[in-house]
Amino acid sequence: MTEAPLTAGPYTHSGSNVSRTMGLVMLALLPGTLFGLYQFGWPAVFLFAATVLAALLAEAFSLRIAGKPVKPFLFDGSAILTGWLLAMTLPPWAPWWIGVVGALLAIIVAKQVFGGIGQNLFNPAMVARVALLISFPLEMTLFTQPAPLFSNSAPGFLDSLAITFGQSPQVDAMSSATLLGHVKTELTQGVSVDAATASSYGFWSLTWGNAGGSMGETSAILLLLGGVYLIYKKIITWHIPVSMLATLAVVAGIFYFVDPSRYLDPLTHLMSGAAILGAFFIATDLVTSPISARGQLVFGAGIGLLVYMIRTWAGYPEGVAFAVMLMNACTPLIDHYLKPRIYGRDRKGEPLNYADEKESA
Amino acid sequence: MGAAKTFKLFKIRGGVHPNDRKHLSAAQAIDTLPLPDLMHIPMQQHIGAPSAPLVHRGEMVKKGQLLARSQGVISAPVHAPTSGRIMGIGSFPAHHASGLNVRTITLKPDGKDEWIDDLIGCDDPFVLEPDEIAKRVAAAGIVGLGGATFPSAVKLNLRKRYSLTSLVINGAECEPYLTCDDRLMREKSAQVLAGAQLMARALGVEQILFGIENNKPDAQAAMREAATAHSGVHVIGLPTRYPMGSEKHLVQTLTGKETPARGLTADIGVVVHNVATALAVYEALHFGHPLISRVVTVSGQAIAQAKNIRVPIGTPISHLIDYCGGFKETPARLVSGGPMMGQPLPSTRVPTVKGSNGLLALTDNELNAAPEMPCIRCASCVKACPCGLTPLEMAANIRSGSLDASVQLGLLDCIGCGSCSYVCPSHIPLVQFFNYAKGELASRQRSQHQQGETKRLAEARNERMEALKRKKREAMQKRKQEMAAKKQQAAETSENDA
Repeated sequence: MTEAPLTAGPYTHSGSNVSRTMGLVMLALLPGTLFGLYQFGWPAVFLFAATVLAALLAEAFSLRIAGKPVKPFLFDGSAILTGWLLAMTLPPWAPWWIGVVGALLAIIVAKQVFGGIGQNLFNPAMVARVALLISFPLEMTLFTQPAPLFSNSAPGFLDSLAITFGQSPQVDAMSSATLLGHVKTELTQGVSVDAATASSYGFWSLTWGNAGGSMGETSAILLLLGGVYLIYKKIITWHIPVSMLATLAVVAGIFYFVDPSRYLDPLTHLMSGAAILGAFFIATDLVTSPISARGQLVFGAGIGLLVYMIRTWAGYPEGVAFAVMLMNACTPLIDHYLKPRIYGRDRKGEPLNYADEKESA
Repeated sequence: MGAAKTFKLFKIRGGVHPNDRKHLSAAQAIDTLPLPDLMHIPMQQHIGAPSAPLVHRGEMVKKGQLLARSQGVISAPVHAPTSGRIMGIGSFPAHHASGLNVRTITLKPDGKDEWIDDLIGCDDPFVLEPDEIAKRVAAAGIVGLGGATFPSAVKLNLRKRYSLTSLVINGAECEPYLTCDDRLMREKSAQVLAGAQLMARALGVEQILFGIENNKPDAQAAMREAATAHSGVHVIGLPTRYPMGSEKHLVQTLTGKETPARGLTADIGVVVHNVATALAVYEALHFGHPLISRVVTVSGQAIAQAKNIRVPIGTPISHLIDYCGGFKETPARLVSGGPMMGQPLPSTRVPTVKGSNGLLALTDNELNAAPEMPCIRCASCVKACPCGLTPLEMAANIRSGSLDASVQLGLLDCIGCGSCSYVCPSHIPLVQFFNYAKGELASRQRSQHQQGETKRLAEARNERMEALKRKKREAMQKRKQEMAAKKQQAAETSENDA
């Protein structure tokens, strides 16, 4: 943070900065988020606000304790983004303290304890989500059907306050499982996938976002648009999203081909749950993903594979958070082994030798 | 036929697209600068050993007269930029970020600007033998004018050690702002071409490739026109991308071949020279003019009127600034060279040197500086690096003092182009880290060498001392024996006498 006299260039700059990077990610998240807030009404708005606010306060508190300047770090946008992403992965009608506890976990435990921005090994939002899921399984799995703002099914403003900040029986009444959760339950009871999905949402409702789930699980298409925007803006590259989704689709495709009655089809895998949100916004988290293109391909493929395995064979219906965290742990290893090839050297780091080439040719 | 053949170009990795702001000076034809009152000619304007002064205080010299001779293989002589009186040979602030003094000859122009009488020109320099060309280029004090200032003659002699196929003339001029090479190619295309052909003759190659970025269509057209009548000369448009003018990347773009690490482009049969160097070679061989002036782009938003000026070497940069109408506003930075790889200048007193291709007076708006923030591992630097390095990891290692780890990561393969710092959203001064580490490693190597030498010398001395002692002892012993022998003899004789 000190301005030492520089004796080396360059004496010009692209003008990029951390706040701009974070701001663009938020901008890309905005359509999907607004649609999610609309779909799940006031309770979702309250939960979202509580989570983001808690994240900001936790950040300010931690910076103060660490003796770092609060203002530049607080407004670099990273804390808001963490709170925002966490809120996207929570059940929209969850009580306020879920969001607040999650935000505290994300900012303090997963980020600041590691040394603040850029230092964390794991994606803070995913650490918080996993911790919440394990600690509060009931609150974290009570999903509601979308009840768009101002529609008949939507709770009023005061009812919504009660849902988020008080005790409300309405949540139970509105509750429903996500598609992945539903299929998982049915499969364990011996019902085939066809039968299970027949009574559930179709592909299009998942794509547009009329299905139950967390906010980030609603509109695949809006999130996809946001993700493409990020690639266009060069904040992220295509490597992680494409390799993650392609791996998920290919693995799902193979199993679906083998036995369609026991395994979900690949398109549903791609469009349901947090696959799109995870691929474009969570797995691509700059701090916790590998830095080289080849490393990112491996990282994305690993997540795609783990997501499929967790969804299909593990105890949880959705596995993006676990998969991302497991691959986060592999990031230092991936970065160590998969580096770009240095100019004038071969992959092993030895200088290129054209003499050998001529001899062998 | 150069123009007709389309050339297949190869892609290089990374790079950036900075705002080139060449429009500030691109339309300005090359001006001639009036002589200043006083000139300071440093003895170290090139890579290698400094030159050794041959003149003394008070001596009258003529334009083009040899002021200082080169010392050693990698060195270059220095000539008088104009006629006048030598005011002294002393220390003067260098054209360098440090502002440290270097040995400098101060010359007071007499205003006559009179050439020396015995200029060795050649109406048709193409009859000269390759060795003679290299010899004359060396004698003219020509160094790489793209900014690297490596003695050009050394590069012209590479044919003796490498099998060469082509000469690449670097007209990429990828640094933002700079337009001096652009102007040279537009205004002196025939001379530049002739210089290139002379260098090709010295190198013994048939093929000459002019690489010019596509943001200089006029220069491309001028060079194409000049090249139409010549076989083996190709003028090739390069994609506009920094650092296209990096020697190794330019050669890769043109030939598809990477120069091996720690090697030279000559390893893959190519020698690269700059456009301005080509012109200097032509002038040296045709007119016998040594390198005593060069074209400098004076630009930046703090300069009243950006210009391209032919500047006699040794002119104080304050004189250039005055000629351009002074500053519109106080510049936030004064930079020698381009904004990407240039050096900050400590004052306007310093002289123009052979390597000065640009003088930029930059405003805060152009610098776009911001306080440093922590690395967010966004990998923008990895994407931007044309050398396939991981700047964020190298910098992290240097920050923690692990220089060896940064070398493992390829620190010494870094060309210092600054693309990483340019894109870093956290404004981390990555190049500063790398330069520090490179300097630190070099000084460690020096001190290690010094320690080794000290040890060697100390051991040698000990041995000498030991040998001396041994000799003394032996001599003593011998003397003792002799004495004893003498005594015995004396005793014997006295006995005999008795």
